Amino acid sequence: MLELIVISTLNGVLFGMLLFLLSSGLTVIFSMMGVLNFAHASFYMLGAFFGYQLTKWIGFWPALVLAPLLVAAVGMAVERYGLRNTHKHGHVAELLLTFGLAFAIEEIVSMIWGKSPVDYRVPAALDFPALTVFSTNYPAYKIFMLAISALIFVALLIALKRTRVGLIVQAALTHPHMVGHLGHNVGQVFMLVFGVGSALAGLAGVIAGPALVTQSDMAALLGPILFVVIVFGGLGSLPGAFIASLFIGLVQTFAVALNGSLASAFGPLDPSIGPSVLTDIWNVTIAQIAPVLPYVLLVFILIVRPMGLLGTRET
Amino acid sequence: MLKMTRVIAVALPMLSGAAYAQDTVKIGYIDPLSGGGASVGEGGLKTFQYLADELNAKGGILGHKVEIIPLDNKTNPQESLIQAQKAIDAGAHYITQGNGSSVGAALEDFVTKHNTRNPGKEVLYFNYAAVDPSMTNEKCSFWHFRWDANSDIKMEALTSYMKGNAAIKKVYLINQDYSFGQSVRTQARKMLGEKRPDVQIVGDELHPLLKITDFSPYIAKIKASGADSVVTGNWGQDFALLLKAAADAGLKVNWYTYYAGGAGGPTAVKQTNLDHQVFQISEGIPNSGNEAAMEFEKAFRAKVGLSLWYPRAVNEMRMFKAAAEKANSIDPVKVAAALEDLKFDVLDGGSGVMRKDDHQFFQPIYISSFGSRSEKEPFDEENTGWGWRLVAKIDTPQTMLPTTCKMKRP
Repeated sequence: MLELIVISTLNGVLFGMLLFLLSSGLTVIFSMMGVLNFAHASFYMLGAFFGYQLTKWIGFWPALVLAPLLVAAVGMAVERYGLRNTHKHGHVAELLLTFGLAFAIEEIVSMIWGKSPVDYRVPAALDFPALTVFSTNYPAYKIFMLAISALIFVALLIALKRTRVGLIVQAALTHPHMVGHLGHNVGQVFMLVFGVGSALAGLAGVIAGPALVTQSDMAALLGPILFVVIVFGGLGSLPGAFIASLFIGLVQTFAVALNGSLASAFGPLDPSIGPSVLTDIWNVTIAQIAPVLPYVLLVFILIVRPMGLLGTRET
Repeated sequence: MLKMTRVIAVALPMLSGAAYAQDTVKIGYIDPLSGGGASVGEGGLKTFQYLADELNAKGGILGHKVEIIPLDNKTNPQESLIQAQKAIDAGAHYITQGNGSSVGAALEDFVTKHNTRNPGKEVLYFNYAAVDPSMTNEKCSFWHFRWDANSDIKMEALTSYMKGNAAIKKVYLINQDYSFGQSVRTQARKMLGEKRPDVQIVGDELHPLLKITDFSPYIAKIKASGADSVVTGNWGQDFALLLKAAADAGLKVNWYTYYAGGAGGPTAVKQTNLDHQVFQISEGIPNSGNEAAMEFEKAFRAKVGLSLWYPRAVNEMRMFKAAAEKANSIDPVKVAAALEDLKFDVLDGGSGVMRKDDHQFFQPIYISSFGSRSEKEPFDEENTGWGWRLVAKIDTPQTMLPTTCKMKRP
């Protein structure tokens, strides 16, 4: 049992940190531009595929640096030539742009790399079990993923709280017009933030690709849960996104590990009732509803605390 | 009049000669070509296209050219019905589908309704891989034919094999949460209970279909349960990722599977380094030892670049031709009648029969294990160097399970 708890905690934290890499960029972009970037998970997918391709050409380590930069370039181009032009038509137009972009990226990716999973492997240098918890091996690559995510979190926090750029970004989050009036180039700040956000998503893709599965539907699998994270954590709040990511990662992992059902709590239903919808509900285990839990949490938090855990304004 | 007859007499041989007869036999291939099931669906499509080419090279079916129309259903029942309608609109009188019993059941229902409403425009549904038993039992239809052994037949064969293996003491069941996965799980419980009441079932898991990207939490649970064997009906990425997570965690158990040989499966097994500890139940394997089958495998690999994952598709297409020739027609109703009780020598050797009562094809079933190869096993999978080894063969008569089907004939 203890083994299960330790391993599940490790897995949960890891998944949570991955979610954080993605949601950190998304939440900052959302609060700055007021636009929910539907294509954010697509940047994550682009990162994974760029990572895969560059790994084939020049090896994993250069790819780890180059792929996120490439994704950042794509992201900045989208902001500069796409979002900035549609901005004057209001948020709906911007939303639709990112929405369409998500589909376009998915189609382009499947056109180039096919629809089957690509053979994106863990680099040989990290392909060994790092530690053995009781009798379960924990791969070195996953530890590496954890380390990278933690590093990014610290770097991001320092950049936002301790640097001048961070100060302007923070100001632009809440008072974009005022920042503009003070003579800062808000457009450029937006582009920069969009680029950094995309790069983070790309980085998440590069490191998650070998551990999970790299294929053209990976954006669609992860996309919806990102929105849960940023709403749950509170818009524009990095610590909020951090807590929400870890929380959702742990909830999902532990829910899978639990076998409890109404039947095991209160005993089986009277057999005379016979098989019905009720017996289905009665026998469903927590593990089975694990994938739904984040969305239940989303609904719950919107009812109880619409601004999210650490958010300051309403969603 | 005489002149007319002469013209026909001259024209007829020309028609049935080298040139194809006017209408092509169109077969709508409805399977996932995008999303999580795409890798499996694309492999199937290539197989059917190869088989159509093979038939066409020998003059097609009764002189009609065979054409496969690829249609993407995204493993979604609703989408499949739209695609089936598209196939019919394009002039197809035959559809074939395999991935996902939920899709299969929807298509079976659709075809039955369509044929009742459109007499004279009947459509046949050739099922090459959807193995939910209900499709040839309570939901059976005259318009549906299944070439794959249904999951009950496979479980019957698998548990018969497990019966003789005393090392199995604790079994863990992990399956996809939809009709097929649920049926694997119930049958495994039932049949193991009958044949090996001493075996303990230490876990019984259902997970969402094709939505899990990391199975580590599930593997941690299997490990905690102390299981020595896992039975799973998982296919596609759900199998590959399950094994990948098992390899990462260093889980060493025996795996009894339906679809370990699917795309990505062999690679994942090789990564776990479980030499001949992953078993599969199927209607044929590349290293079967049957000469004709191994010749076919060689030619197929050379042209398609994949290993033959659907020997049943070969049986399906060849039997389609045999039935059409028997009926001397490509009319679906006549072909359906000709298929009933049709005996056929299957690709991997031995005789099979399409049972009239429920339109389930019965054939020899093989249990094989995946691992390092001997000299007699020339074929490896996905360039891993490992291949399938024959472990047990269950002949056709031993696979004949009873059916509850009450077939309504037109």
